[in-house]
Amino acid sequence: MLKFFRRSKGWQLAGLISPGALWILLFFNLPLLIMLFISFVERGRAGGIKIPPVYTIENYRLFFNSCSSAFSGPECNPFLYLGIFSHSVRIGLMVTFFCILVGYPLAYFMAKQKQVWRDALMILVIIPFWTNFLVRTYALKSVLATEGLLNSFLMNLHIISQPMNLLFNEFAVVVGLIYGYLPFAVLPMYTSIEKFDYSLMEAAADLGASPRRAFLRVMLPMTLPGVVAALVLVFVPVVGAFITPDIMGGGKVEMIGTLINRQFGVARNWPFGSAMSLILMLLVLIGVVIYFRSSTEETRRGI
Amino acid sequence: MTSEFAVEMQDVLKQFVTPEGGILAAVNHVTMQIKDGEFFSLLGPSGCGKTTSLRMIAGFELPTSGKILIHGKEMSQVPAHLRPVNTVFQQYALFPHMTVEQNIGFGLEMKGVGRAERSKRVSEALEMVRLPGMEMRRAKQLSGGQQQRIALARALVNKPEVLLLDEPLGALDLKLRKEMQLELKTLQREVGITFIYVTHDQEEALTMSDRIAVMSKGVALQIGLPEEIYERPADKFVADFIGETNFLDGTVKGQNGSTVEVDIPGTGLVRVESSRTFTNGQQVSVAVRPEKLRLNSDVKEGNNLKGRVEDVIYIGTDTHYGVRMTGGQKVRVREQNLTQAQKIIAKTGEEVMVSFTRTSPRLLTE
Ligand SMILES: Nc1ncnc2c1ncn2[C@@H]1O[C@H](COP(=O)(O)OP(=O)(O)O)[C@@H](O)[C@H]1O
Ligand SMILES: [Mg+2]
Repeated sequence: MLKFFRRSKGWQLAGLISPGALWILLFFNLPLLIMLFISFVERGRAGGIKIPPVYTIENYRLFFNSCSSAFSGPECNPFLYLGIFSHSVRIGLMVTFFCILVGYPLAYFMAKQKQVWRDALMILVIIPFWTNFLVRTYALKSVLATEGLLNSFLMNLHIISQPMNLLFNEFAVVVGLIYGYLPFAVLPMYTSIEKFDYSLMEAAADLGASPRRAFLRVMLPMTLPGVVAALVLVFVPVVGAFITPDIMGGGKVEMIGTLINRQFGVARNWPFGSAMSLILMLLVLIGVVIYFRSSTEETRRGI
Repeated sequence: MTSEFAVEMQDVLKQFVTPEGGILAAVNHVTMQIKDGEFFSLLGPSGCGKTTSLRMIAGFELPTSGKILIHGKEMSQVPAHLRPVNTVFQQYALFPHMTVEQNIGFGLEMKGVGRAERSKRVSEALEMVRLPGMEMRRAKQLSGGQQQRIALARALVNKPEVLLLDEPLGALDLKLRKEMQLELKTLQREVGITFIYVTHDQEEALTMSDRIAVMSKGVALQIGLPEEIYERPADKFVADFIGETNFLDGTVKGQNGSTVEVDIPGTGLVRVESSRTFTNGQQVSVAVRPEKLRLNSDVKEGNNLKGRVEDVIYIGTDTHYGVRMTGGQKVRVREQNLTQAQKIIAKTGEEVMVSFTRTSPRLLTE
């Protein structure tokens, strides 16, 4: 009887998780396997892969040495792709840093309000999610354009005499990414801060900690899980971003995302695009694992 | 400038804006002086302004008006982290992300005490609260009583001039609470630090304190020694809040020297010794403790009033009688069961004589 029960429970569970599991299997795991396969074969002439497939590790070699291709001339820079990678990581870190720097005080401010105001502010943070990402990015572009809102505003006030070049450079890309991903930083940090017990700050003050030290020794470590979540939620998509660098950078700012995007578009090099996608995934995965390890260790030790 | 007082509150007013938009005086023009080395209790029902008073001394709230002095120094410009006081919070407020050692050492660390010295003093503090060897535990891994002791150690290790305790035993069970009461009192005598102790438990305040301030609705009604407050309550609220009191309301019929005659409608004339002067016809309340009333034992030169027993409660050490007086007032009488032979004096429904001396009651006018 008991055995039957247990088995039937197992079946129930299987029944419950199977739609989700099937979905993930079909639309995440299977494509990943296909990508893995493509990354190890030679490219087809007009995109796709050579049929029948010819196995090779050339796609990975090309990434680490961009001159390994037969077409490279004598001026070739072997670190071209590696450079774009590290540059993307740098932009990712910068954007994440600013999102947290701006987002934490904002989340703190929100958490400090009365319940009614908190809900209102929360909706204000979430509303941008309801607007198409492309539309928002184009809107920001028109703000930063040479004859855009910001420049004409500053010129009318005679603060500047000539319009500034705010668009189609790295600055524009970073601003665009911060703008796009700030809510992803605010929400998890808000959740952490809202749970934080402020009487602990009074306890710290009571024991002689200035507001700054109380923050660093008590509030920050205790809200660190939210900060880590924000870091992951912003860094991961930003490193692989391709729409924002494309629009805000005007094709002048190359990031991993735009590079990969190009392999599946004009460059018609699916195998190389797949190889880079997998390398990016691996890199992000390693980063996230290391960060989670170290941060939980830290919170465990109370640093 | 120093002062014989550890803490002085001078006409302190603290107003809050209520959610309804009104103004509430949580602490209403309170003046009190707490002597150096004293165990001073703030006693009163929930919501009477005890915590607010403590928070103003600690520096978490600023008075709306009035002054707070610590050892003669005015505190209005001194932020909480620079005040020479430490607090044991009602919910302990231990840092959950730190070990016991880091918790207790936090104050020393903020003062810049070195690591070696710090860990020595932390283990001394742990000895003091009888939890040696607990350094590496986390707050979550401790029982309520242990957390309470750690909170105490965390405050005391800094050797503050004044220790503020906000109902520190409120969350403990009765037995542990009694134990900790004695321990706290002993500890206070040993370290010689001024304790300001907040409680709503009158028994706790009476057993532990050198002096007590009884508060109600933001006002300090009476400040004095425990026996003063118990034996000579200033008004009906204090008499009622501290221990149990019977009130017999009546009018003054005459005064002969120190003897005041009060007519209790329907019950009879009561004679009470008082140092105060009353006018004829004045409304007063004869307040007398249940343990000062006797049943069926004619008290010479005393008051002997008739009534009928309504309930009898035997509680081991004592027997409590509820008696309805002829005038309709209900009083409680507490007879101690001194000998085994002692019988229940009267049964429910029996007519009895309730007696008390002339010096037992207090005459209260409000
Ligand atoms: N921050 C505050 N805002 C509004 N009212 C408050 C605040 N703090 C306390 N009060 C009110 O002040 C009164 C006294 O509170 P408190 O000092 O906590 O009482 P006690 O500690 O004696 O129970 C209560 O009526 C309480 O609701
Ligand atoms: Mg309180």
